[in-house]
This record gives sequence, structure tokens and C-alpha cells, in this order.
Amino acid sequence: MTLELRGITKRFGPLVANDRISLTVNEGEILALLGENGAGKSTLMNVLYGLYQADEGEILLDGAPLKMSGPGDAMAAGIGMVHQHFMLVPVFTVAENVMLGNEATGFAGTLDLDAARQRVREISQRFGFDVDPDALVETLPVGVQQRVEIIKALSRDARVLVFDEPTAVLTPQETDELMEIMRQLRASGTAIVFISHKLREVRAIADRITVIRRGAVVGEASPTATNAELAALMVGRPVELTVHKEPAQPGPEAFVVKDLRVVDDTGHTHLDGISFSIARGEVLGVAGVQGNGQTELTEAIMGLQSHVRGSIRLGEHELVGKSVRKVLDAGVGFVPEDRQVDGLVGGFTIAENLMLNRSHGKPFVSAGTIRNGYLEEFAQTKLVEYDVRASGIQAKASQLSGGNQQKVVVARELSRDLSLLVAAQPTRGVDVGSIEFIHKQVVATRDAGVPVLLVSTELDEIVALSDRIMVLYRGQVVGIVPADTPRETLGLMMAGERPEGTAA
Amino acid sequence: MSTTAKVPVPIDESAEPAAVPLRTALKAPILLGVVTMLVALLIAFKARAGKTTFRLAADTDFFDLPAVTVPSTATVATVVVLLALGTAASALLVSRGRRTPLWLIAIFAVVAMVGFLAWAAAGRTVPVVGLLGGSIALAVPLVFGALGGVLGERAGVVNIAIDGQLLFGAFAAAIFGTVVGSPWGGLVAAMLAGALVALVLGFFAITYFVDQVIVGVVLNVLVIGLTSFLFGQVLAENPQELNAPDHFERIPIPVLGEIPVIGPVLFRQTILVYLMYAAVVIVAWALYRTKWGLRVRAVGEHPKAADTVGIKVNRTRYTTLLIAGLIAGAGGATYTLVSVPQFGEEMTDGAGYIALAAVIFGRWDPVRATLAALLFGFATNLSGVLSVLGSPVPSQFMLMLPYVVTIIAVAGLVGASRAPAADGVPYRKG
Ligand SMILES: Nc1ncnc2c1ncn2[C@@H]1O[C@H](COP(=O)(O)OP(=O)(O)OP(=O)(O)O)[C@@H](O)[C@H]1O
Ligand SMILES: [Mg+2]
Repeated sequence: MTLELRGITKRFGPLVANDRISLTVNEGEILALLGENGAGKSTLMNVLYGLYQADEGEILLDGAPLKMSGPGDAMAAGIGMVHQHFMLVPVFTVAENVMLGNEATGFAGTLDLDAARQRVREISQRFGFDVDPDALVETLPVGVQQRVEIIKALSRDARVLVFDEPTAVLTPQETDELMEIMRQLRASGTAIVFISHKLREVRAIADRITVIRRGAVVGEASPTATNAELAALMVGRPVELTVHKEPAQPGPEAFVVKDLRVVDDTGHTHLDGISFSIARGEVLGVAGVQGNGQTELTEAIMGLQSHVRGSIRLGEHELVGKSVRKVLDAGVGFVPEDRQVDGLVGGFTIAENLMLNRSHGKPFVSAGTIRNGYLEEFAQTKLVEYDVRASGIQAKASQLSGGNQQKVVVARELSRDLSLLVAAQPTRGVDVGSIEFIHKQVVATRDAGVPVLLVSTELDEIVALSDRIMVLYRGQVVGIVPADTPRETLGLMMAGERPEGTAA
Repeated sequence: MSTTAKVPVPIDESAEPAAVPLRTALKAPILLGVVTMLVALLIAFKARAGKTTFRLAADTDFFDLPAVTVPSTATVATVVVLLALGTAASALLVSRGRRTPLWLIAIFAVVAMVGFLAWAAAGRTVPVVGLLGGSIALAVPLVFGALGGVLGERAGVVNIAIDGQLLFGAFAAAIFGTVVGSPWGGLVAAMLAGALVALVLGFFAITYFVDQVIVGVVLNVLVIGLTSFLFGQVLAENPQELNAPDHFERIPIPVLGEIPVIGPVLFRQTILVYLMYAAVVIVAWALYRTKWGLRVRAVGEHPKAADTVGIKVNRTRYTTLLIAGLIAGAGGATYTLVSVPQFGEEMTDGAGYIALAAVIFGRWDPVRATLAALLFGFATNLSGVLSVLGSPVPSQFMLMLPYVVTIIAVAGLVGASRAPAADGVPYRKG
């Protein structure tokens, strides 16, 4: 079986997102798509999946043109997709999401939920994911939602599978497991399209690599190419792949968390008495498999959790019990883990999104009125500085590509005077060129004397940016160790093993 | 670093009983306390002498339950004590971090109502069966309308046009019930009329992305204008040929209908009421337990996600809206095919809007919305019964009663409610 995209062109108004792109994927082969944020990868895959109608070009399966009027047709043709922005119904359980559209039914169309749960357990087990079929999706951290999205695609037995940045929020172990799954699928004859900004993964798994820049194919690369070569081909210039930073000059302790406990509405304990502190001018990285309390930690700091005990002190201020507004006014910058749920208002323009955390007064608002001139100037500068690829500052946030949305959130949070930065997955889905830039900004924030709490599932990122690393496991601190701790040790700690000789 | 030790992990599952957010939990005892105070104020400031009689039997009962006669003031005093105890129990539970159970609230409400009636009807007789049975009768169109509303909104289409569906249903039922010569013909016509309004709504709201609230309001006005015009021009001229449908008779259900109080209230009703029971059960079952329901809910919450798994979003919305229209139309039939079989201008009197309120008060859940509609029916009937009895409460206040009761019940007992995420948002493909 061979799937061929021939001369696909897709326009959004004046913007040409895909410009006569041709591709083929064969049975038992993994094709990687590389490209900057906004290059048009997701758009192309959405065309393949029937979500968008191409303006020109055709899709051929074994030489015969496919008629696509919607995803239903793609699914019927055996095409499955893991979406970059998860297509999960938040108020449904995992099992309901997995079965939706492909429901097991009993008498008179009754849902067979047991069968669906069984299916979820089966697939999670086969691929080593840990997911509770009865959990409500909206209560799950993004990393777990990502696993659900993958389980959903795998449950359909597709012949062609598209993975659009499935690893953006997975831990290295989970990524390895996913790559193993992809190898198994390839061996059984599935054709796979894999999109990722993590070059290491692409080189490890791809049979062929196609690079897209600004909507057009710019070339093919071999998986044996080096990271630097791939990055340069993608971005069109050489990219620094390692972060240069001076050793930290930690000042006095500025951010102190003591005996923090977080319980959710159902009585589940997510953080069980954790304590740590961050000095001015220091980055504390939080490592750990998603779902071990990282989300709740950042939300507790921001005032987004309702049952918090213990103390969170930022300088003179006690943050526990404060409203989000007060926390923001205390100078806390927050990059949330899920940009679409907590970071952006999709229907607002880029400019409006850039002023969301300062909508009460200076500099954007005076006498209750938005100063549009100032806002536009500001937005324009940030667009250029952060290299946000968009038709302009009036483009709606929901129309940006995933990585560009992320850049807008980071730009907003880093562009005011901070007394603390809380960044969860700050480079989720961002391309190598922009990762370089964002990392530099985080280091610059640190060097300006701001304490930084960095949460990431990407161990490389944690190691590259942190001065100290805290590992969380099941809501407790396994240990706080120096940044040069060997990875194997970190890996063990993330599984809950406390190395001898380290203090909790 | 060769040896490792497992971190002790004493958390999760075991923990204390589920912690309920204090603010939510506190609502119940505060509300109960306020109600207790109000009832206490009745005897403190406006005690009424005399005895109150509660008549528990219907005229047609086979065996008579004796009527209960109680001294008014003493009864209210006892009730106040009971209510205070209930409030205390609720406060105690909350202080221990528990919720106030629903059965406690239900018993409390019944006791409070007995106290209020004992006071308001001092020296007279309260027809208990008539009070409850009449409530059901008043609630029937509201329940049908609310069920239709729940379905539509769960699929993501706000249906303001429930009132239009009821009215058009009533109109069609009157005409076709007369022409066909059977109330069944009227019922079918009513359902189709409701579906026709739904079709027009869907055409503008789903296919042409017109604001759903505006289309709904316009449809209501259109139906009022259309039916009033035709009524004046055609029906009023030929009342015998066009506006005198046969009506549905009461059908007592054997055995069930013999149960004292409950029997005459619930099981000696017309077929429309039995259809309503069936509709509630079927809609709730279909929405939560079937493949169709799962898809409807998915389309109302996250249409794009539904689209990506091959569900035809707009087609699902259309079919759901049409089914909802059939149901709401049946509600309209109750106006013209039951007690007074005749159509009158604007005879729904805005009931569709109340049904809409029941949808929201019922948190978009068919069973809760039904309960809200029943409560509303009860409060409406209560105000009617009391004004017949000559209650000491000014009539303006009696007219407010249904709304006040509903608001208190909802604000006090219903938690935060959340509409389906894509409610009212048309789905366009990218
Ligand atoms: N619905 C839409 N309306 C208007 N423009 C859009 C829409 N979807 C995408 N675009 C634009 O098309 C371009 C390509 O976006 P696409 O999402 O395909 O990028 P991508 O390669 O997947 O990037 P990323 O790596 O950040 O996910 C972007 O400039 C984006 O702003
Ligand atoms: Mg993308």
C-alpha cells in the first residue's frame, strides 16, 4: 500500500499554508516531517485526514484518488491521526473518549462501557502506559491526555498513522516506549508519518525525512545527518543547540515553599507536604513523570487550586489563599502547561492575548480604556522578537500553529518585571530555532535576579537550564540534587528510588 | 550511590473522606435556617386561630382516607421545632465536613410546606390530592418543553423557540384533532408542528450560522403572529369544524391507581402524562446510555473532536433538534387535547420560557430539568389553590411564588452549573 499526496495547496485567505506539497508514504515505513513552527505540517496532515479541504491537489491511495469530504472518509480509508492539539472531549472519561465514533454497543444501541474500559486497559498495557479508563479527561495533566490521544488512535487499527508532535509532553521513557510502539507498527506494515521538533527522536526512528519551510518542501534529509545539519536545513541558518549560561550567582532565598499539601475536590492528595526554596537568580528544575504533582504545584502557586495547606512565601508575601489576580500583581509570571486551556483566549487577537495579564492598568490601560496605539506597537515588537509566524498582530490566536501559540504565551509572561517565574513546559511544541531563543530568555530572566521554577518533562531542558533539580514522585520530593547529577540517577529518582546520600 | 531506598508513599486512596468545598456545603444549612426563620415569623407575627383540615382522599377513591384536622398554630409551632432540628442536623454534618443529604432536604421541604399550609389555610380545608394532581397537570407541557430543550442544548443548539413549539403544537393539535376526529391525530400533528419549528431553527442556526438566540426569539414571535392570525381568520369562524378536538380521557391504571394519595395524583391521568413519564425515562437513558447519546453530548461539548472521529456534527445536531421538536410539540398538545379542548390565542402564556429556565435550573440534565418543571408546576398550582382558599398573603405575592420557590431551590441546592461547552456555537469546518 502506498499513500501519495500530490501537489497539495491549502490557503487561509492570503496565507499559503501549503504550497504544492507532494509526499509519499509506503507500507512499513516511517516518514518524518521536519519544519519550523508555522511551516504547514499540521495543515498538511489535516488535509490528509479530511479536516481541511485542499484548494488544489489530490490524495491517492494505491494510485486511486481518495474522495475526502471529512475525517469519516479518511478513517474509512484506514487513516488515523494523533492530533497536535488533542481532540478529546474534556467532560468525558478516558474510556468514553476512546470509544467515541467507534462505540461498542449492546442491546438497542446501549453503550458497552466495560468493553471500552477493557480496550483502554489492553492498549495501555500492551504499550506500557498507565492510564485510568474512568478518569475524566479534563482532570488529567497534559502528559496523560497525550497518552489518551495516542491510545485513541491506536485503538482503531489504522493502516496509515499520523503522529503530530506526540512527544511534546512525554518523558524520555514514555517517548522511548512510543518509539518502540512505532517500530512494532512499522514491522506489522503500518505506514507512519511522524512530526516532531526533537531531532534526536527523528533521527532515531525515521526511514526518510522530509523538510518543509514556509509551506513548501525544501528537501529530503537522511536519518544519518547530524542534529546541526537537520536544524540548519529546517530553519535556514545554523542553530546553537546547547544553552550557554554562566554559573548561577544565587542571591538570598526569595521563594520558600513549606509543607505544601494539595487535595482535590474528590479528596485525592496530589502534593503531600513538600518543601523547597529558590534563591534570587537561580533556576530550580522540577523533574518527574507527569501526574506526580507538578501541575498541582504550579497551580497552587498561582492560586488556581482550592484546597491548599502549608505556606508559599515570595519575599514578603504569603501566596497561599491569595487570588490569582493578587499573585499576578505580586509579580509572578506563569507559563501554563496547556496553552490552549490556560494560556490563551482562542478568539482573541495576538495583541489582545499579549496584554491578558495586565488588563487592569498601566501600561496597556489608562482610565479604563485600552491604549490601542501602545498595544499595537508592543505586540509588533514581540512578534518580531519572538519570531511569531502569523499574518499580523490582529490574527486570532486559534489560527496560529501550535508552536507559535506557545511563543505568544512565553512572550507575554516574560515581558514584564517579574519577582518569580513559573514555567511549565515552556518550549512545548516549539522548533529548535525558537527553543534556542526561549532558553536564552529564561537564562536572562534568571540573571536579572529572578527565581525561576521550571517544570518540564524534557530532561534535556531541565538539565540544560537548571541550577538545581527537584524530583517529584507521587506528590513527594524524592530529592533535590545538583544539575550535574547523572541521568541514570535522575531516572531512578523519577521512579521513586531515593539515592543513598541525598537529602529529601 | 549504588543502594537505593524506596520513598515511602503513604498517600492517595486511604485519605480522609472526600473534602467538600466549605462554601458549597454551607449553602444547605443556611438555606434551611432561613426557611425555619420564615416559618417561625409566621406564628410570631401573624398567628392564625382555628383548625386546618388536610383532605387526603379524592372524590373517586374506593376507600376513604379520613381527613386530618389539626390546630393551626400548634401545628406550625411543631413544624418550626422540627425544622430547627433539621437545620441543626445539617449544620452538624457540614461542620464534620460532610454534605447535607438530599433526603434530609426533601423531608425538610415537605415539613415546611405542611407548616405553611396549616398556617395559610387556617379554618379551611386543603385538598391535598387536588393540589398535587393539579401540579402535575400544569407541569406536563413544561416537562415536555424542558426535555426538548435539554436535548437541543446538549447537542449544542440553544433552543429559545420552545415556546413557539408548544404554541404551534397546541394549534396543530386543535385543528387536526378536530379534522381527524381523534385526539391521536391531534397529538401526531402537534409533534410534527414542533419538529417543523425545529427544522426552521436548524436551517438558520446550523446551516447558516445565524445567532441561535435571535432565530429562536424571532420564531416565537412568528408562531404567535401566525397562530393568532389564523385563529382570528379561520378557527374563530368555524369553531365546530376546526377547533373542537376530542380530548384524551383519564385512564386510571389498575392497582397503581388505587394507592392512596399517590394513585390519584400520578396514575389517574391522561395518556399524555404517561407519555411524559416514558419520555423522561427514555430521554435520560438515550442521552447517557446509548451510542447516540454519547455522540450527541460529544457534538455539544467539542464538535471538532467529534468531527475527527468521523461523527457528522451538523447532521447529528439536526436529528437531535428534530427529535427535541417532536417532544416539545407533544407538550403543546396538552393545551388543547386535555381539559379544555380548544385553541386560544397565545395560550401557552410564555410556558416555553419557563421550560427553558427549567433546562438551566436542571443543569442540562433530563431528570433534574423534569424535577425543576414539576416544582414550578407545584408552585403555580399552590398559588392558585391558596387564592381560592382565600389566603392571607396578598395575591401579587402569590403570583411571585412559583418564581421565588424555583430560585430558592436552585440557588440553595444546585451547585455550580456548566452548560455544554459548545452550546450555541455553530460548527464551521476549517
Ligand atoms: N484555521 C486557520 N486559519 C488561518 N490560518 C491558519 C489556520 N490554521 C493554520 N493557519 C496558519 O497556517 C500556517 C501553518 O500552520 P500549521 O499549524 O500547519 O504549522 P505547523 O507546521 O504545524 O507548526 P507547529 O510546528 O508550530 O505546529 C501558520 O502560519 C498558521 O498561522
Ligand atoms: Mg503543528
